[in-house]
Amino acid sequence: MRQLRNWGRVVAGAALCALTALAHAQAPVRIGSTLALTGPLSATAQVHKLVGEIYVEQLNKRGGLLGRQVEWIVKDDQSKPDVARTLYEQLITADKVDLLMGPYATGAILSAMGVAQRYDKLLIHHTFGIPNLAKYERQFPAWSLGPDPGTTVPNTVLDALAAAGKTPKTIAVVTSKFPSLHFISLGAREVAKKRGINEVLFLEWEFGNRDFGPIAARIKDAKPDFVWVGAIGLDGNLLIDAMKKLDYTPPIHFYVYPAPGPMVKSADADGALSVSIFEDHPPLNTSPVAAEFTKTFRERATKANLPETNVEVQAAASFTAWQMLEAAVNGTKSLDDKALAAWLKSNKVDTIQGKLRFDGPNNYGDDLMHVKQVQNGRWLIVYPPNVAAPGAKLIVK
Amino acid sequence: MTLPSATLLAQSALSGLFVGALYGLIGLGLGLSWGLLRTINLAHFAFTFAAAYLCYQLVTVTGIDPLLTLIVIVPLFFALGVALQALLQRFAVSALNSLLVTFGVTAIIEAAIQAIWSADFRRLESHYAQAKFKWGALYLPVPELITLGFAIALSLALWALLKHTDLGKALRAAEHDAPIAAAFGVNQRALALLLAGTCAALAAVAGVCLSLSFTLAPSQIYAWIGVVFAAVMMGGLGSALGPLVAGVIIGVSEALTMAITAPSWAPIVSFTLLIALLLLRPGRVG
Repeated sequence: MRQLRNWGRVVAGAALCALTALAHAQAPVRIGSTLALTGPLSATAQVHKLVGEIYVEQLNKRGGLLGRQVEWIVKDDQSKPDVARTLYEQLITADKVDLLMGPYATGAILSAMGVAQRYDKLLIHHTFGIPNLAKYERQFPAWSLGPDPGTTVPNTVLDALAAAGKTPKTIAVVTSKFPSLHFISLGAREVAKKRGINEVLFLEWEFGNRDFGPIAARIKDAKPDFVWVGAIGLDGNLLIDAMKKLDYTPPIHFYVYPAPGPMVKSADADGALSVSIFEDHPPLNTSPVAAEFTKTFRERATKANLPETNVEVQAAASFTAWQMLEAAVNGTKSLDDKALAAWLKSNKVDTIQGKLRFDGPNNYGDDLMHVKQVQNGRWLIVYPPNVAAPGAKLIVK
Repeated sequence: MTLPSATLLAQSALSGLFVGALYGLIGLGLGLSWGLLRTINLAHFAFTFAAAYLCYQLVTVTGIDPLLTLIVIVPLFFALGVALQALLQRFAVSALNSLLVTFGVTAIIEAAIQAIWSADFRRLESHYAQAKFKWGALYLPVPELITLGFAIALSLALWALLKHTDLGKALRAAEHDAPIAAAFGVNQRALALLLAGTCAALAAVAGVCLSLSFTLAPSQIYAWIGVVFAAVMMGGLGSALGPLVAGVIIGVSEALTMAITAPSWAPIVSFTLLIALLLLRPGRVG
């Protein structure tokens, strides 16, 4: 009888161990992040949320990470970097997530980076605009704008104009003082000077400027061949409107970070240039992964009533961030932040933007920014030729 | 440094005049509410944007002329203004507390706008957008002319009403000494509701004008507060003409600053003017 009881205890113990192991094996990998689900940045953050949902859904269909399903915990940082900081602390200490994913946008990413650094966590982020501030060794950018966009972006734009045989003789650099683009505009001045382009006008305005009439009048008065506009969000549209009211359209005009939807929809923006890492047209959207993602995104974005249903910079950077995380986990077969960071530092990752490397200054690799142009109500990449939309060429009127 | 051309200066001054008219139009209702009701109504800015969005929606859905939307929007916002004032009266909210309460109302309206139209940018497409006149070398855009017209007409009308009608005299008397005014038969409560409704209706007109010239986003509500407050304080609380005059002074000063020096100095202008006024004429505000 006693022997039978002992056997019973052994069987029960074994069953308990097996159940515990099974439960542990099936516990999901928890990935935590915040997004600006409310507040002024929420329109763009909705894109990141949708991309994250699509990616996690597809990842789980593929079997998740390390054979475990993935659970994405996303909290609302209300577009406030200080709230993002608190929530990342919470994700690490209270929610005890396995991995982190970056927030949106630059201010919140900088906050999250500080928290990640304090806890030695890996932080992959989508669209951080000031590479020289990304000092933490375990942060990795998904937006491939290179370590020195202040030099590389203006050079790419001027290379595109040169390739089209439209090298400008004169330039007007007009720019918002918004941090993540002001330094690129200052870089454009330097690059133009080195290329022998005569600067006929340089203007700066505070972010939030309402009256673009005088700025438009000064541009018109300066008669530049090329206007470099350090615009973010609506500023680009406001300046185009103001120039149109003076019956003026610059021969060539470039906008650093315009609000993509409103600009492409503006009847007066035809010919406007900007930069992008991805647009939803061949050849960038033809790989099986990109094709499936762009199709799913279009469907889901339409259903979610998002104003922009095509994959462009934000959605592509967001998707890339998840691709990087998946590649690092699969590459290391681990969730260890140190191992994941080391793997990313020494390996290239195949993404929908192309192959990304992270072995440059502050873990930035190549500048893969391409030049795009509004043509007939669509953004089309026009330079370099290997990623340009089929048949698309830079048009200068 | 080359001197700006006369055309550039004149065009910039015109641009300042137009944006100053909008400052004045938004500030008109705010200043009357502050001066005559002692309600510092931050929700006035939210009403302005809510009206702009409503105009956008009506035009987008029905395709009607944006100015015709005023037929619906003005009475609606009059009612909203009355409702808000009734609430403030019900709880006897003081001037300072009205600032806090109406800030809360602003946040609620902003959230509602965001929930309905999203935080993304919205642009009203209408036949006014590209309409303009040319006068010599100068361009006069029609949407801005409409704003200027409304600002002048409404400011003058309200000035005349306050100055030359019994209703205006009653309003001013109630603001000056409510108990004595009441002793003379002035129904202060009813007048306050009427004035609050009028102020909200003025915000609605400003909103429609705003939608003709500017792209809309919920967060833009806060972008106008500083400069419009400056216009109201410079123009004098409770004054009908003051906000327009001050708004135009600020707008033109900012525009000329942008035309002559760095545009980034422009925001300093409005507040420098305000500080100078407060130093030279400290009794003007309050």
